[in-house]
Amino acid sequence: MMNFIVIPILLLLALTAVTVARIRNLWAAVMFTGIYSFLGASWMLILDAPDVAFTEAAVGAGISTILMLATLSLTPRKRHQDGHLQSDDFDEKPRKKSPVWPLLVVTITGFALIYGTFDMPHFGSPEAPIQVYPDPSFISKSQHDMHGLPNVVTAVLAGYRGYDTLGETAVIFTAGIAVLLILRRAPNEGLKHADQESEVVAAANLINQADENSDGELTQEADS
Amino acid sequence: MNTFPIIRVITKVLIPYILLFAFYVQFHGDFGPGGGFQAGVIFAAALILYGLVYGLPALQMVAPPRVVEKLIALGLLIYGGTGIACMLLGGNFLDYNVLEHHFLTELPAAIDFLPGEGPHHFLPEGQHLGIFLVELGVGITVTAVMTMIFYAFAGREPVA
Repeated sequence: MMNFIVIPILLLLALTAVTVARIRNLWAAVMFTGIYSFLGASWMLILDAPDVAFTEAAVGAGISTILMLATLSLTPRKRHQDGHLQSDDFDEKPRKKSPVWPLLVVTITGFALIYGTFDMPHFGSPEAPIQVYPDPSFISKSQHDMHGLPNVVTAVLAGYRGYDTLGETAVIFTAGIAVLLILRRAPNEGLKHADQESEVVAAANLINQADENSDGELTQEADS
Repeated sequence: MNTFPIIRVITKVLIPYILLFAFYVQFHGDFGPGGGFQAGVIFAAALILYGLVYGLPALQMVAPPRVVEKLIALGLLIYGGTGIACMLLGGNFLDYNVLEHHFLTELPAAIDFLPGEGPHHFLPEGQHLGIFLVELGVGITVTAVMTMIFYAFAGREPVA
C-alpha cells in the first residue's frame, strides 16, 4: 500500500531534478527547486522524520526559494528594446559545448554512488550501525534521565549532546554575521558618505591651518 | 504583490497560524517533533511572507532590523548563559540537573490548585528547564539570522 505513495514521490523527485537541470528559464528552474524541496519534505515525512520535513519545507521550499528569486531579480539581465520584461528575459545562455563529457562524468559518478549503496545495510534493518551504535540504551534511559521527556531526539540534541548543539548554534550565528558583513548596506549609507566627506574636508582644513601656522612660525624665526 | 487583494487577505489569515505553529514547534519540541531550529525557520518564514506581500517597510515596522540583529547574538547568549548558569550553580557546563528547583521553588499551598500530588513547583524539572532554555536560544538566533538575511537581500537595488 505504501508503494502507491513512495514510488510516485520518488519518480516525481527524479523528474523534477531532471527538469531543473534541463530547463533554460532560470526563474522556472528556481520554482522547480522549490517543488523538489516540497517533494523531499513529503519523502522525509514518510521516513518518519517530521522535524526534518518541517525544516525542508520551511528552508528549502520557502526561504531559499525566496532568496534565489531575490538574487535573480537583482542580477542584471538582457532587456528587450521596449524595456519591458518578457518571458525569456531570465533564460540561461544557450550552451555551446558538447554535452558528452558532462554526461559521461555524471553517469560514472552516479554508478559509483549506486555501487556504494550495495554495502549499506537494508533500510530499517535492526543491525544497521545507526541502531546499534553508539549506544542503543539512550532510547531506554532517556525517559528516566530527562524526567519523563518523551522525545528522544530532543533529549539527545539538547541534553546529552547539548555542547554539540551549542556549536551548531554558533555556526548559524557566525554564518549569519558573515552574510550580513558581505551583503548588508548601512540603511543611511548616503548620509554616512556625506559625513565622511565632511570629515575629510575638516581634516584638510586643519592641515592647511597647521601648515599656515608653521609657515608663520618659520617666517617669524627667519625674521628674528 | 501589494495590489492583489486575494493574496493580501489570505496572507493575513494564514500568518497567525504559521506563527502559532512555530510557537507550538518551539515549546512543544520536547514532547513532539521539532525544536528550536525548526521553530526558528517557520517563524522567520511567516515574517518573510509578510514582508513579501506587504512590502519591506511594513516588515521593518514589525521586526526592526536594529532589534533583529541584536537578537542574533541574544539567542546564542541565552544558550551559553544557560551553560554558565549551570556552572555557577555547581554543575558542569550545560549540566541541567543543577537547575532543579533553585528558583521560586514551591507553589504555596493556598494557590496550589494543580491536579496530582503536591507540592507543585513554579518551574519544571532541571532537564525540562535547561532544554527549554537552550531551545529558546536556538530559536531566537535562527529566526533573527533568517530575517536578517532576507533584509540583506531585499534591501538591495538591482545592479544596472
